[in-house]
Amino acid sequence: MAGQSPKSLTAFSNLKRICETYLPGKYHIEVLDLLKNPQLAEGDQVVAIPTLVRRLPEPLRKIIGDLSNTERTLVGLDLRMSSERS
Amino acid sequence: MANSGLSSEVGKSLPKAPTGIQGLDEVTAGGLPRGRPTLICGSAGCGKTLLSTEFLVRGALQFNEPGVFMSFEENAAELTQNVRSLGFDLDDLVRRKKLRIDHVRVERSEIQETGEFDLEGLFIRLNHAIDSIGAKRVVLDTIESLFSGLSNTAILRAELRRLFRWLKDKGVTAIITGERGEATLTRQGLEEYVSDCVILLDHRINDQISTRRLRIVKYRGSVHGTNEFPFLVDEKGISVLPITSLGLHHKVSNERISSGIPRLDAMMNGKGFYRGSSILLSGTAGAGKTSASASFVDSACKRGERCLYFAFEESPDQIMRNMRSIGMNLEQWVQKGNLQFHASRPSLFGLEMHLLTMHQLIESFRPGVVVVDPVSSLIAAGVGHDVTAMLIRLVDFLKAKGITAFFTSLTEAGEALEATEVKISSLIDTWLLLRNIEVSGERNRALYILKSRGMAHSNQIREFILTKNGIELMDAYLGPGGVLTGSARLSQEAEERAGEVARRQEIAQREVELGRKREALEAQIKALEADLLVNEKDMETLKSMEQTRRDALDTNRTVMGRVRQADTSRSTARTKQHDTKKNNGF
Repeated sequence: MAGQSPKSLTAFSNLKRICETYLPGKYHIEVLDLLKNPQLAEGDQVVAIPTLVRRLPEPLRKIIGDLSNTERTLVGLDLRMSSERS
Repeated sequence: MANSGLSSEVGKSLPKAPTGIQGLDEVTAGGLPRGRPTLICGSAGCGKTLLSTEFLVRGALQFNEPGVFMSFEENAAELTQNVRSLGFDLDDLVRRKKLRIDHVRVERSEIQETGEFDLEGLFIRLNHAIDSIGAKRVVLDTIESLFSGLSNTAILRAELRRLFRWLKDKGVTAIITGERGEATLTRQGLEEYVSDCVILLDHRINDQISTRRLRIVKYRGSVHGTNEFPFLVDEKGISVLPITSLGLHHKVSNERISSGIPRLDAMMNGKGFYRGSSILLSGTAGAGKTSASASFVDSACKRGERCLYFAFEESPDQIMRNMRSIGMNLEQWVQKGNLQFHASRPSLFGLEMHLLTMHQLIESFRPGVVVVDPVSSLIAAGVGHDVTAMLIRLVDFLKAKGITAFFTSLTEAGEALEATEVKISSLIDTWLLLRNIEVSGERNRALYILKSRGMAHSNQIREFILTKNGIELMDAYLGPGGVLTGSARLSQEAEERAGEVARRQEIAQREVELGRKREALEAQIKALEADLLVNEKDMETLKSMEQTRRDALDTNRTVMGRVRQADTSRSTARTKQHDTKKNNGF
C-alpha cells in the first residue's frame, strides 16, 4: 500500500477478517508502505495499490483492490479450492 | 541548414527537447515538447520501441539528460540486446546512472482483482526511478499492455489520465507508445489523453518493398512538417529524411570541369561541365552510358578528385574489367582511394534505404563527383513518383554540397528518347543524349547535347565511338539520307579524300602546263629581243654611214673654199651656221 489511503485501510481490514476466518493462526501479514520503500515496488512487480502478494505457497499470486469481494479474494489466495477439497 | 534558424526561433516560444535523431529534430523544428508527453503510435514492428530507446540514449549521451525506460513488454536484458546492434550500450548507461530500465510485468493469470484499486504503485515506481537518477526523459513502452493485464478499464483510463497529468507536473519529457488501432491512432484511444504531440509511424509494403514513414499528426504550439517522412532503421539507429528541409538555396560554382572526352568539352565552350551541376546521360541499351560515366570518373580522378560510383546494374569488378577494354584503368584510382564503388541491386531494399545509404556514403567519403548508374533502375525499388521524389532529394542534397552529379538513365526501346522514365529531366542542368542510329544495315552511336544550362553549347550530332583508347567523338556527316555514321561516314570520308586527290592532281597538271606556257613565252620574248637588237644595230650602222658622208661633205667644202680663196675662218663659221640651220630644218 501507499500511505494510509482509505482503500489501503479497507483492504487491510478485509484481509485481516478473511485470514481470521479461514486461516486462524496460520498466517503472517507483512505491510509494506511503498511511499517509505519505493524500491520494493519494482522487486515485487507492484503496479496497483493496494496489492496483496501471496508469496507462499508457490506460485506467486497478486490480488489487487480493496479485497471487498471476499469470494474472489479466496480464489486468488487459492483458499476456496483447498477448503472445498478438505 | 536553413531550418536551424527556424528551430531556434520556435524554441523560444515552446521549449523543446532535441531527440538527437537524424532528421527528426528538423521535422519537429527542434525536438519533442519539453516537459510534456508525446505519443508515438504505429502498428507492430514499425520502430516505436527503437525510436523511444534512441530518444533516451541520445538524450543521455548528447544532451546530458538521464532517462527512465519503463517497459511493459520487454525486460531489461531483451531491450539491451535489441539495441546493441545499433551501437547502444544500455548496460553501460545504466552503470553510469544515465539510464534506468524498469520492466513492469502485468500478468493477468497472476492477478486477481477484488474491488477498488488505483495505479499508485506505478506512480511510485516511476517517481522513484526518476528521482534516483535525476531523469529528464521518460519512456513508457507500451502502457497499453496494462489493458490486457487488468480488466477494470474504467479505473485504468482514469489512472492513465492522472499519469499523464502527473508526468507534466513532474516536468519530464515523456514518450508514450501505443499500438495502432483499427480506426483510431491507438487501440485504447491514448491520443485522447496525450494531446501535445502525436507522431505516427507507419511501415507499409508497396510492391513487396517496405518503406517506413513518420508523420507528425499534431504538435500543439509548434510548426512542424506535415508530410509523411520516410525514415530508416540501420546500423546507426533511426534516420528521418526531411524532404522539406531541402531548398533551392545552394551556391553555384563557375568552375568548369572536363567531361573526360575532349571533343565533348569542345562542344560545351571547350570547357566541360559546371562544377556542382547535375548531368543526365540518357540513352538506349548499349549506347555507352557506363563508358561515358567511367570516362568522366577517370578524368576526375586524374585531377585528384574523389569519386563515388553507385552502380545498380554491374559489379565494380565487371565495370573495371569492361573499362579496361576501352583503355581506362579504374583500378588504380580505387587502390589510391580516389574512387569508391558502391554496388547494390535496386530491389535489395527500399528507396529510402538507398537514399540514406547514399547520404551516409557521401557524408563519410566526401566526394567531388557522384555517379549514379543508372537512376532508371531505381524504379524497381519504388513506385514512380516516389522515385522522382527521392531523386529530387538526392539532386538537391548533392547540389547543396556542391557535388557534381552524373546520372545515367536507360531509355526503353520504343519510348520517346527525350523522356526519362523517372521524370527528373527538369532538375538536370546538362542533359546528354546517346542514341543508336540505324542506317545502311548498321547500328551506330551518336551523342548530342540536349540542353546545358548557362553555357553556349554545340547543336551538332557527333558520332560516339568506343575505341581501345577511350571514347572518341567524330563529326557526323550529313548525307541525303540524314546523318551518316559508321561505314557510311567512312565511305563519305573516303569519297572526300578521293575528291581531294583528284583536285590536287589537277592543280599539278595546271602547274606543268603553265610552266610550259611560260617557257614558250620566254622563248618568244628572246626572239623579239634579238630582233630589236638587230634593228638597233642597223640603226647604228646607218648613223655612222651618215656621219662618214657628212665628214666627206665637209672636207669637200673646205677644199672648195680653198680653191675659191675665201676667208677661211669666216666662211667656215658661216658655213657651220648655215649647216646648223639646215640640220634644224630636217
